[in-house]
Amino acid sequence: MKRIIEITKDNPIPVLFLIICLFGLWIAELPLPIFINDLIARLSRNTFLVLSLIIPIVVGLGLNFALVTGAMAGQIGAITVIELGIKGLQGFLVACLIAVPLAIIFGYLLGKLFNIAKGREMITGFITGFFANGVYQFIFLFLIGTALIPFKDKTILLPQGWGIRSVVDLFNIQYAIDSILIFRIPVGRYLLSVPLSTFIIIFILCLAINYFLKTKLGQEFKAIGQEPHVSLVYGINVDKNRILATIISIALAAIGQLIFLQNLGTVNTYASHEQVALFSIAALLVGGATVKKATVSNALLGVLLFHSIFIISPQAGQKLFGQPQVGEYFRVFVAYGVIAFSLATHTFQERVAKK
Amino acid sequence: MKKTLLSLISTIGIPRIIIAGFLTFLLITAFVLGVDVNRLLSDSLVRIGRNGLFVLALLPTLKAGVGLNFGLSLGAICGLIGLVLGLELGITGINHILLALVIGVLLAVIIGYIYGVLLNQTKGQEMMVGNYIGFATVSLMCTFWLLAPFRNPTLVWAIGGRGLRTTLVLPGETSQIIDNFLSFSFFGLNIPTGTFVLFFLSCLLLYFFFKTRSGLSMVAVGSNPVFARASGIKENTIRIQSVVLSTVLAAFGMIIFAQSFGFVQLYMAPLMLPFPAIACILIGGASLRKATLLHVIIGTALFQTLLTITLPVVTQVVAISGEAGDITEVLRVIISNGLILYALTRKGGD
Repeated sequence: MKRIIEITKDNPIPVLFLIICLFGLWIAELPLPIFINDLIARLSRNTFLVLSLIIPIVVGLGLNFALVTGAMAGQIGAITVIELGIKGLQGFLVACLIAVPLAIIFGYLLGKLFNIAKGREMITGFITGFFANGVYQFIFLFLIGTALIPFKDKTILLPQGWGIRSVVDLFNIQYAIDSILIFRIPVGRYLLSVPLSTFIIIFILCLAINYFLKTKLGQEFKAIGQEPHVSLVYGINVDKNRILATIISIALAAIGQLIFLQNLGTVNTYASHEQVALFSIAALLVGGATVKKATVSNALLGVLLFHSIFIISPQAGQKLFGQPQVGEYFRVFVAYGVIAFSLATHTFQERVAKK
Repeated sequence: MKKTLLSLISTIGIPRIIIAGFLTFLLITAFVLGVDVNRLLSDSLVRIGRNGLFVLALLPTLKAGVGLNFGLSLGAICGLIGLVLGLELGITGINHILLALVIGVLLAVIIGYIYGVLLNQTKGQEMMVGNYIGFATVSLMCTFWLLAPFRNPTLVWAIGGRGLRTTLVLPGETSQIIDNFLSFSFFGLNIPTGTFVLFFLSCLLLYFFFKTRSGLSMVAVGSNPVFARASGIKENTIRIQSVVLSTVLAAFGMIIFAQSFGFVQLYMAPLMLPFPAIACILIGGASLRKATLLHVIIGTALFQTLLTITLPVVTQVVAISGEAGDITEVLRVIISNGLILYALTRKGGD
């Protein structure tokens, strides 16, 4: 009992969401195998993206609200691969080869921007996401298919001959990663499918992040996050490292979005990327991370809890109020609310600490 | 001569010259192509009147140094509640507007106060915190619109009889009542007089407010907090006052917007409401450190006209399919967010 209280005191947010989750599960009366199957799919889709948020937090940039730029790079890769007609794992790798260099460029520009807007990194990243989305829409709606960016594949172009359709079928690369090693476990009438290969990739990324933070560069990142002024005195190039952290985050997000898309098998050209930052950040915060501190376990726990709520809430809304939309709005509220709460408590604590 | 020209350019500002130039170009193109220019300008005037108050609502917090009020939707929601209550009770015409105003403003004072206290606790990150408080409130209110005990059959979903519809139509007596007040035609331009009079009256009131004692202390807190503290001004109280004023103006703005538009849009509709307003004031030349009434008026006029006339003119030049979105929407996103980014990344916010 004493231990439970201690855990609650140290991790109030994850415990709160665990309670919401359990309550929701009890209300919703979802068949457990269906719930678990859905959860596994969501874990395999989203964990990589959430992990891409950790490095910028360590270096003191806060929550990377510009994650959407990475997701865009991923989508550019995916759609180009459809146009090129490359299939399977090969297609996925080519998509990565297109997406990652783009993401590195985006990350570099973004890092520069963050250095100009020091102290306002989060709102700058947030607005950059919207701005980049506008440019992305302009390119995908009005430039692709014209003489500037000639695309030939009629199935992905709008009937007028230019602009990409709002839904593009990604049959080329669907399950490219998932299907390398997949387990199907029968549970009663249901079939659980576990894409082990995707989870292995996520596991490798977890190890890589933890290893990276122990290297010299990782230690520099930590130092910058904790004591930016002292780091400068010790001869650490703060600005350069901040740009590097941004590049890592955006590049990982590009790969993360490709993993997300290969599982879904379709891309909503103008929508799939929009909510990436919101849901990834909310998941990380639900796992107990703050604006200043995030670990791999925060990310894993967060994805588990946040997406459980995501699956349960429509059903719970239906059972509690007779309307599934209540649950749908509730989960959007959870996402926005947890971000608002974390930002507010963080700033408040900073102010108290200063006094 | 050259010097005066250069100083004139720097006072007006290059962004405004570019946009005004682009607008002139669009209007000439429209005229040459035979598009109804009068109609375009009339529509622009309506849109300017409709959105002006939202832009004006940003002024108090900018003056007090709280920054851009990204939580403008909080005030708008207060206005929405007032409007919906009037609809539920079946009150129409000017009484509907007045009832909505009383309820909206009362709620806005309470909500604005709480919001202001919160923003005082989170100094330095007001914009980000305000933004997400706005987002969270809009999504929480979605469950309210669904579950609140509204019974009027014209408002709730026909099936199930519960939950407000996403778009409510204002009755003819309420719709455009202020727009049409004393409205007249001028060289073929329809002037929505009532809304304009209200907007300029609000501007004038705010102008005189900033000349009063509390208005001056607001400016002092924003421009020189150390000096303000030294002269015994209670910084936190003043900041809360500015947030309350902003929220009240936003509630007022929502009511004027809805009567002009003829519809009340609920659920996620107010989510992105602060962004075009912020773009307006920034296009007008405001920065995080400096904002005036002139910025509000010029910005609203330029940005809203741009949004209104781009699409009709562009569609005359190139045929654009409507399947995935129109070019004005894309332009709006790029211009408004580009401007906000520009303001955020200027050194020291000047």
